[in-house]
Amino acid sequence: MYKISLSYRLFNAANMVFLAATALLCVLPMVHVLAVSLSSDHATTAYLVKFWPIGFNLASYEKAMNSNSFLIAFQMSVLRTVAGTALTMFLTLLAAYSMSKDDSVFRGRSVYAWYFVITMLFHGGLIPSYLVVQKLHLTNSLLALILPVAVNVFNVVLMMNFLRGIPKELEEAAMIDGAGHFRILFVLFLPISLPSIATLSLFTMVFHWNAWFDGMIYMNKAEMFPLATFLQALVASFDYTKIGLNPADLENLSERSLKSALIFIGTLPILLVYPFLQRYFVQGMTLGSVKE
Amino acid sequence: MRTEAIKLKKRKGPLNLKKNWVLHVFLLPSVVLLFIFNYIPMAGLAIGFEDFKPWLGIFRSPWAGFKHFRFMFNDPTALQVIWNTFVIATLKIAIGAVAPFAFALLLNGVKNILFKRTVQSLVYLPHFLNWVILGGILTDLLSTDGLINQFLQSLGLDRVFFLGDGDWFRVTLITSDIWKEFGFGTIVYLAAMAGINPNLYEAADMDGATGFQKTRHITVPSILPIAVVIVTLSLGNILNAGFDQVFNMYNPLVYQKGDIIDTYVYRVGLIQGSYSLATAVGFFKSVIGFVLIATTYRLATKYANYRIF
Repeated sequence: MYKISLSYRLFNAANMVFLAATALLCVLPMVHVLAVSLSSDHATTAYLVKFWPIGFNLASYEKAMNSNSFLIAFQMSVLRTVAGTALTMFLTLLAAYSMSKDDSVFRGRSVYAWYFVITMLFHGGLIPSYLVVQKLHLTNSLLALILPVAVNVFNVVLMMNFLRGIPKELEEAAMIDGAGHFRILFVLFLPISLPSIATLSLFTMVFHWNAWFDGMIYMNKAEMFPLATFLQALVASFDYTKIGLNPADLENLSERSLKSALIFIGTLPILLVYPFLQRYFVQGMTLGSVKE
Repeated sequence: MRTEAIKLKKRKGPLNLKKNWVLHVFLLPSVVLLFIFNYIPMAGLAIGFEDFKPWLGIFRSPWAGFKHFRFMFNDPTALQVIWNTFVIATLKIAIGAVAPFAFALLLNGVKNILFKRTVQSLVYLPHFLNWVILGGILTDLLSTDGLINQFLQSLGLDRVFFLGDGDWFRVTLITSDIWKEFGFGTIVYLAAMAGINPNLYEAADMDGATGFQKTRHITVPSILPIAVVIVTLSLGNILNAGFDQVFNMYNPLVYQKGDIIDTYVYRVGLIQGSYSLATAVGFFKSVIGFVLIATTYRLATKYANYRIF
């Protein structure tokens, strides 16, 4: 190798320290929450805990797991995530297939393209959207959390770009053999597209798991809250009665460690899929950017 | 090529429904859902021009013209909210444009693959957590007894009211937003850097270029076009100061400097029930957003060949 100057080496060392410090800054808050959730009542109320539990115990997790309303909210979140992702992916696949056709083959494609793009450019805003859901009598129903966000135009674009990358010959051969669009999509394209479908599904799942605002405005009953909304009600207002926890049950348990435990449990599913997300999202982010 | 396509089209007849009806059927459910949940609300913006009463409905509520818009532009609170939104969003866009770019450059200079991967894995994490979780964590960390203030005190500094002082609250919003998103923003840049032709670096090595020179004359110019597209497209967010974040971190103490259009619309509309005023303010935001997004997409299309569909 060529000689490496001292100043460059110094820079490199400083650079690595800076990068490592920044990276730690991104995860230490989570570590702190975990430590607080595992610490004793005394240590948390006195703000003694830093990144390691003091007076280790699992009381707050036991309390959370024994709370009926917490478990119901968890179930709601799982339900909306599974149903919402399934519907979105189904719609995405269908729409992306049609949109992946050339204008010369599929007349009217550009009309649909504009129809989709306009929804990305302009929004009716909160109040009219809220009134539509209300008028359709979807409030207090799971559908209110799924249908308004079912079509994700951005997903359609990414999927469409992927489908366009499939060699034309494949489709042409199938067509000569007498296959229609239906069979080409579900028998030929679907198996090839599984990696892209997995990528987009993961992103949609994270979206649904994290969504909280729709639950807050469309659900009037706390029993219908998904977990993110449940946590929001709890973290923001500290109103334990609102979510069905009895304040008397909180004896010998600091509010802070219970809150931290709930936050950590709410994060856990994301942490569990994180390795998969990581594997796929670079691919997902670049899925749409490579074009001929 | 082009004439051939036109000829083919003519031979095939107008819509070719016999063969392509399936394509239309595939699009139908998406079209219907977008119509109900996106297009009808656009028409619902008419509420902003009415004195909307829920029991009368959109068709029978009395017409108010520009009343609510006039109110908005004369009301000190509404104007303050618009100004807050603009300031917070602009700073987020400006710093959010530089931070990922700089971080990617620094990370790209590291030779140790394991170190690089680990750093990447850690900095992406906050992006995938929502503001309910992060708001909960940050309000705890930044409270007067929280970890950050403990740290400041150990350095001999005064405590800071991050969430109780308006100016500090803005700093908190901007910093924590950058903290959440900068890691994810590096992905595109790192992918672009991985795609740079290695021959360029080898040639530079031959000529005796230093690490800084290679970064300055090869890496930066290579990824600059992508950076320009990303920053241009982010300009459409100039009135998106981040509802989720503000809503989960603010309190009445910092409304003066921290309240933004979206939180204001939520409170005035859904909590206080002034549907028309809230819709008018929301409409104002949508129009500005539309103009900016349409312009920036045009620019990106024209100069960088960026296309959506």
